[in-house]
Amino acid sequence: MRDFFSGYDVGDFFDEMFAAPGVVRPHYNKLFERFKEMERDEFERKRELAASTFLSQGVTFTVYNDDQGTERIFPFDLLPRIIPAEEWELIERGLVQRITALNLFLHDIYHTQNILRDGVIPKQIVWEAAHFRPEFMHFDVPRNIYIHICGTDLIREEKGAYLVLEDNARCPSGVSYVLENRQTMKRTFPSLLAQYRVRPVEDYSQELLNVLRYIAPGGKSEPTVVLLTPGVYNSAYFEHSFLARSMGIEIVEGRDLIAQGGKVFMRTTKGLKPVDVIYRRINDDFLDPLVFRKDSGLGVPGLVEAYRDGNVSLANSIGTGIADDKAVYHFVPKMIRYYLSEDPILPNVPTYLAAVKEDLTYILEHIPELVIKAVNESGGYGMLIGPQATKAECERFREKVRKHPRNYVAQPVVPLSRAPAFCDENMQGRHVDLRPFVLYGEKVTIVPGGLTRVALRAGSLVVNSSQGGGSKDTWILEEEEK
Amino acid sequence: MLSRVADSLYWMSRYIERAENNARIADVNLQLLLDLTNQRDADPQQQWDPIISSLEENELFASLYEAPSGQAVIDFVSLQKKNPNSIFSCLSRARENARTTREQISSEMWEQINKLYLFVKSDSAKKLVRTSPYEFFKRIITGSHLFQGITDATMTHAEGWDFIRIGRLLERADCTSRILDVKYHILLPSGEKVGGNVDTIQWMSVLKSCSALEAYRKVYVGQVAPWKVAEFIITHSAFPRSIRFSVDCFDAALHHISGSNESKYANEAERLSGRLRSDLDYVTIGDIFKIGLHEYLEQIQERLVEISDAMHSSYCAETTLENVVTG
Repeated sequence: MRDFFSGYDVGDFFDEMFAAPGVVRPHYNKLFERFKEMERDEFERKRELAASTFLSQGVTFTVYNDDQGTERIFPFDLLPRIIPAEEWELIERGLVQRITALNLFLHDIYHTQNILRDGVIPKQIVWEAAHFRPEFMHFDVPRNIYIHICGTDLIREEKGAYLVLEDNARCPSGVSYVLENRQTMKRTFPSLLAQYRVRPVEDYSQELLNVLRYIAPGGKSEPTVVLLTPGVYNSAYFEHSFLARSMGIEIVEGRDLIAQGGKVFMRTTKGLKPVDVIYRRINDDFLDPLVFRKDSGLGVPGLVEAYRDGNVSLANSIGTGIADDKAVYHFVPKMIRYYLSEDPILPNVPTYLAAVKEDLTYILEHIPELVIKAVNESGGYGMLIGPQATKAECERFREKVRKHPRNYVAQPVVPLSRAPAFCDENMQGRHVDLRPFVLYGEKVTIVPGGLTRVALRAGSLVVNSSQGGGSKDTWILEEEEK
Repeated sequence: MLSRVADSLYWMSRYIERAENNARIADVNLQLLLDLTNQRDADPQQQWDPIISSLEENELFASLYEAPSGQAVIDFVSLQKKNPNSIFSCLSRARENARTTREQISSEMWEQINKLYLFVKSDSAKKLVRTSPYEFFKRIITGSHLFQGITDATMTHAEGWDFIRIGRLLERADCTSRILDVKYHILLPSGEKVGGNVDTIQWMSVLKSCSALEAYRKVYVGQVAPWKVAEFIITHSAFPRSIRFSVDCFDAALHHISGSNESKYANEAERLSGRLRSDLDYVTIGDIFKIGLHEYLEQIQERLVEISDAMHSSYCAETTLENVVTG
């Protein structure tokens, strides 16, 4: 009964911890040893401690249409996911390369569009993208940075190679869990953390603040930075307030801001105070009812004008959604070659574009084998996993794809790697991904680690919190001393 | 500080104080009921009416329960979600306000209010209300005290803290006046004399509601007399739950925010609060009884509302471009 890993099934997947049944990968050895000596009730106590910490600190996300109250804890699995130094080094180089190319792409696409002229990306892919903002053609963003914060989802295929599944270049969330998970691990497994030399993640907030200050209008030295949230009912509100708190900046809602004369102010008890930089956690559509969606009660009328006038900076910039469009994603490796003359360090998952005729034919014929994704959706919504779908669901998607080919892409089902997670009183293999957070300011900074999401339902490939996913702490190890 | 945040801090604090005071009123009446069950002609139903009246929710209560039994009143005051002023509702709203201002309050404050909220939401709270309401109320009161202590010990004593203080003290002044007013609604059982045994027990319960019995005895050695109780609870300058003390403190907090001299006023809220403060400094219990205790307390409640409104328009209402902060 004592051994947590007896009967652990590695399955036909790449397992993060076991190279083969019973064969522990070297960087998981200490963890394995620690669990060998641990009693069940000690583990239970740790689990309770972790759960009560999350609950009492209100580390929750909001689920809509749920009568059990609106808040839920994001399930946390106590087994850390461990990544050796040399693997991280590769990931880091790959991510720096990718964000550099994406920023060059955005600059190009909002200026001369050489990449379209040279035929590397078909024109209509960009022009028909829902998140392309032609209103911002020839607009120069502060410091020429478009994506300041990027959350790139990485997965590992059956041999363990890292692939990019998608880029999140609008308002990626999840970093607060990275920081809270580490905090919890420090309380529950202090000695294990000390035995491993795990690289710290705690300076994320400071790095983020540095980025935000760096883009202040006119290089202002002591800018007023705020975080703009849709409000307390947003599913990521905890994260918004967490980040504002750890940066020591104000968290504001649209109604706290007022734009007049091309400037933005916040309403304070002492009158109006000018705002210089806005870390906005609201999508473009809702930012300013005068320019985008007129029914938006979340935004600030006149904000875009102030932004155009260069009196207030936004992170991320308006229009970055074109870079994480799932059809544009297909072209990122080409972008890397085009702008940087380098080979991509982190490959993409092969993607079929329904907008391309040959691909469309292939997709329609192979729906039950493919993952179909709506190009503008995120959070695990609007997708179909062919092998796990019913016939009727496949038919429904076939119709959708046929009607709106530009809105869909398809990918082969990648057998995501698995890591042990505590489920049903034992350790069982569950699929995981990894979302590191890339910060682009004076330089590109990636806090070592990221959010490891785990699909806690047996067999499930969907790791999103809205779809029954949980998370793990991610340990990036220091380089071995030689 | 953001106007919205100031407003949220103020209401967070008011709702916690309100929850505490509801617990106090219910708790003391619970005890009173025990004291009186042995009395001749004691009518338990009659005992609960004043509490419902003091909460100003008679109609809502009547729509939810068949008769004002002890169990019904305890449920109404403690966990009834449909009652906007139940302890549950107050703490839910306090937490909601805390949630929107987490970057302003300390983590310890958040954890305390969250813990209290999770408690009233739990099954064990439901059970406790049924089996041992005294313990339930005690826990709410202690939880509120803990929150105040944590606030004072962990939060910077700057503007946000002042708004929290004002919320707490304004609510306390209001609640204390209502607790005192409960006695107005209580009818003596037929055959009982004013100043008789039952009357004294009832006045003592008023003091207990405000944790004031021990302090009162140190000041007025001897019998518990109605006018002395009223005098103590309204005008004592140093007892922390008296109306005068509460008004003194929030008036000082208002001046602390604006930085103006306490003998002058910088806005309408300060003018109104300064006037109330000086009235309480000079009023005698004779004056109060001349006006009528109930009428006097009603006036106080109205003036507190005016101060709250004036404060809202000074600090939290729409601001215009004329008052841009420079620097």
